[in-house]
Amino acid sequence: MSALDLTATPPRASLVRGSLPSWGPRGLTIGAAIVALGLIAATDVNAALVLVSAVVLCGVGLYAWSRAVEGARTATDRGVTFLVSSAFALAIAPLVSLLYTVVSRGFARFDYQFFTESSRNVVGAGGGASHAILGTLVITGVATLASVPIGILAAVYLQEYGHGRLKRSITFFVDVMTGIPSIVAGLFAYALFALFLGPGIRLGVIGAVALSVLMIPIVVRATEEMLKIVPNHLREASYALGVPKWRTVVKVVLPTALGGIISGVMLAIARVMGETAPLLITTGAFSSVNLNPVDGRMQNLAVFAFNQYKNPGVQREPYFDRAWAAALTLIVLVMTLSLVARLIQRRFGTETR
Amino acid sequence: MSTTPTTSTDAALTAGVPTPPRRPGDRIFSGAATAAGIGILVLLAGVAIFLLQEAWPAIKAAPEDIPGGTGLVDFIAPLAFGTVLGAVIAIVLAVPMAVAVALFITDYAPRRIANTLSYVIDLLAAVPSIVYGLWGIAVLGPAALGIQTWLADHLGFLPFFAGPVSTTGRTMLVVGVVLAVMILPIITAVTREVFARTPRIHREGALALGATRWEMIRMTVLPFGRSAVISASMLGLGRALGETMAVAIILSVSGVVTFNLISSTNPSTIAANIALDFPESSGLDVNALIASGLALFAITLVVNMAARAVITRNEDASR
Amino acid sequence: MAEPTERSQEYMDSTEKLDRGATAPTKEGPDVTDSVATSVDVQTVLPHEGRESVATVAKRIEITDLNLYYGSFHAVKSVNMTIQPNKVTALIGSSGCGKSTFLRSLNRMHELVPGGRVDGAVIIDGQDIYASNVDPVAVRRQVGMVFQSPNPFPTMSIYENVVAGLLLNSRKTKKPALDEIVERSLRGANLWNEVKDRLDRPGGGLSGGQQQRLCIARATAVEPEVLLMDEPCSALDPVATLAIEDLIQQLKANYTIVIVTHNMQQASRASDVTGFFNLEQSGTPGQLVELDTTETIFSNPANKATEDYVTGRFG
Repeated sequence: MSALDLTATPPRASLVRGSLPSWGPRGLTIGAAIVALGLIAATDVNAALVLVSAVVLCGVGLYAWSRAVEGARTATDRGVTFLVSSAFALAIAPLVSLLYTVVSRGFARFDYQFFTESSRNVVGAGGGASHAILGTLVITGVATLASVPIGILAAVYLQEYGHGRLKRSITFFVDVMTGIPSIVAGLFAYALFALFLGPGIRLGVIGAVALSVLMIPIVVRATEEMLKIVPNHLREASYALGVPKWRTVVKVVLPTALGGIISGVMLAIARVMGETAPLLITTGAFSSVNLNPVDGRMQNLAVFAFNQYKNPGVQREPYFDRAWAAALTLIVLVMTLSLVARLIQRRFGTETR
Repeated sequence: MSTTPTTSTDAALTAGVPTPPRRPGDRIFSGAATAAGIGILVLLAGVAIFLLQEAWPAIKAAPEDIPGGTGLVDFIAPLAFGTVLGAVIAIVLAVPMAVAVALFITDYAPRRIANTLSYVIDLLAAVPSIVYGLWGIAVLGPAALGIQTWLADHLGFLPFFAGPVSTTGRTMLVVGVVLAVMILPIITAVTREVFARTPRIHREGALALGATRWEMIRMTVLPFGRSAVISASMLGLGRALGETMAVAIILSVSGVVTFNLISSTNPSTIAANIALDFPESSGLDVNALIASGLALFAITLVVNMAARAVITRNEDASR
Repeated sequence: MAEPTERSQEYMDSTEKLDRGATAPTKEGPDVTDSVATSVDVQTVLPHEGRESVATVAKRIEITDLNLYYGSFHAVKSVNMTIQPNKVTALIGSSGCGKSTFLRSLNRMHELVPGGRVDGAVIIDGQDIYASNVDPVAVRRQVGMVFQSPNPFPTMSIYENVVAGLLLNSRKTKKPALDEIVERSLRGANLWNEVKDRLDRPGGGLSGGQQQRLCIARATAVEPEVLLMDEPCSALDPVATLAIEDLIQQLKANYTIVIVTHNMQQASRASDVTGFFNLEQSGTPGQLVELDTTETIFSNPANKATEDYVTGRFG
């Protein structure tokens, strides 16, 4: 029995195929770029329009050239490569512009005074954001203190103890919570405190409650993910030694996942630290240092930046400069946190896998 | 003090090792963990209850007492329209871009650059929205003036670009673009991670059949990452819907309902409206704002549920 | 520009011919001049000429002074060998001796690994596949590969998996022609009877052995000239392994087969020629130590290291 009767096969293409010169795509792109830039420099047509048409023409040209020389499949492949690369360039451009703008504008007031003085009684130039920086730290700190234990314990419940309907509904509602818009979290915190302390109340701690609502689901998710990848044989090894379950969780499971949990918590902090909306409606605006979250209004960096930009004085520049400096400070804080978190994750992530 | 195998989360674990007897320490610890889990449920119930309670006066109030004077629905509807409009622009722009960026990082960029790029994208996902707002009004708004004028001149027959063009750049289109830029790193981060997890044996299987790079991507990477793209997009949509500050700082609003994206009269969004009006509001106005927040919550909830349904269906289908 | 249509037309022609071929198989055996004729560029050959010359498509592979690298690591050192058409060539050797790396260099998969670099010549049918004007995609189409673990595309049905490679080249192949190719390939992989009623089900739902045979059907559906198998049975149970080995014996009538295996018995059972790879010590590049008929390698090897390895006195 002959299993395969391949007595006839389709004639096949040879291995050799016409191909564009190796400089082809790059040459074409660079050529198009030079022509486009020349046009922009020499004439006064809309620069963006010239760039867009240059990209489109270059892509179509590359496709047609490749199709003539190399055939349809390779042409499609080259076309998609060009498309993906230019989409990448287009997508990354605003992000680069954003970082450049924040850094260059923020540097005007990124000075000693900005970090040491508050803006108490400041009209026009001068003053600083020490009150906002301290406020940010206090509010975020209180929120972290509240969310981290709840978040980690809830994740332990879901991963190590939970079963049945309760586990399913907690999983579900944590997902729901992840989707709460930050402004709604602010409204909730306000509504909660307004009920007991009367309407119009503004306190640092209300902001912290709002941030906790945003933070808890992130901490739960991150911790859960890390607990999931703790290998089961570690738990079994501990049980086999006669260690009770709770000690196994505390002494074996959590320490193994610690790196990932810490980095998850730091990412959660980074995420809520820059929140503006919920704080705008819960902590209010304040221009002096206030370190007591349960007494009076409190300023924070994001709201500070917003207010400086939205309500500038007669002379706008100093206000704008302060807003940008606050934005730069925020970015530096948030990025440092996420960077350290990723480093921790990278360091510990391999161990648990 | 009896063993209860059903409490173990892991079937394999139960089969292999009997759950140890419940000691006091076990009871306390599992009690605390369970309490934390229940606490989350209570918290969320609290969110719903307190918002409803604070929104209630506005819901049952006479129409003329609501801001605008024609009732709560008339108050919220234009805001909801603006919310959805801005978010839809953002998602339409951001999703293809994010997929392209993710593919570029996983499949096109040289490996060394790719690692740095994914790092940078992850960092950008953490940039606070207020910063995007500042950038939008200070840089993008003015820069987009030329393009918006061009759109009005050449595509003015479309309702979206009817004009007249706003001279400040504080338009719905700019807001949509800023929101797109803002959610792009978020969508990219999730998508990239899943694309990169496409099993190597599938990629190589496709290449060994003689697929070009794009054909390999179409056969393996895109089907593998499809549900991730959808869920990431929904995550991004949720963010865009709830985004407050970028909109509050950029948009010049006038409470109209219009598809005209480039004029100086734009619908506001629920979130931005709350942020702008709340600090100066009192009495029933506060209740109306909270009611609008409840509506926003409902909208994002629907989006998230839809996303989950899509993902579950996809997972079932691929099994 | 009309290339795809042309191609599909040719496919139609050839499947018609296949019909007749199935009733009256013409076996002409391995003939080098014939197989050279099949490699003439498709654009220059009229369809019926193409049909005339294809008694067998198996190809001889000549490897001269092939060196393989991972970045700065020299993985395989100066391999010289000839792989015979219509024979099964087994590559054996301890883990890490570079036999899989070598196998992957035969269809230009090695260069896909970051840092993967190739130096030397692999001449299939008179054409060096590493020549600068050779398209790696075309190489992979003519040199099929079956992997260590079965890798049917999870989102595709059994049917779609089989035609996956075909559709890349001729999108316009008609459904009846495709059906025929699917049946022929699945029959060729001894899988047809097991899956004919559920062709629209996902390929991932099959057992490991069935999945691997599906992958073989997928590889043969594009009618390559060479079939590379990288430990195709390492993830399978003994029964499934035997099924694959039987299949390999049938397949060699039409293909040049190169199989990497860790299983001595498999090499002795299933192959005609065996090559032994070894490395002097860890960190040094792997080399082809000995290449001979399987019988010689297992009964009377020339090299001491080969003898030690095949008799189990390794090291």
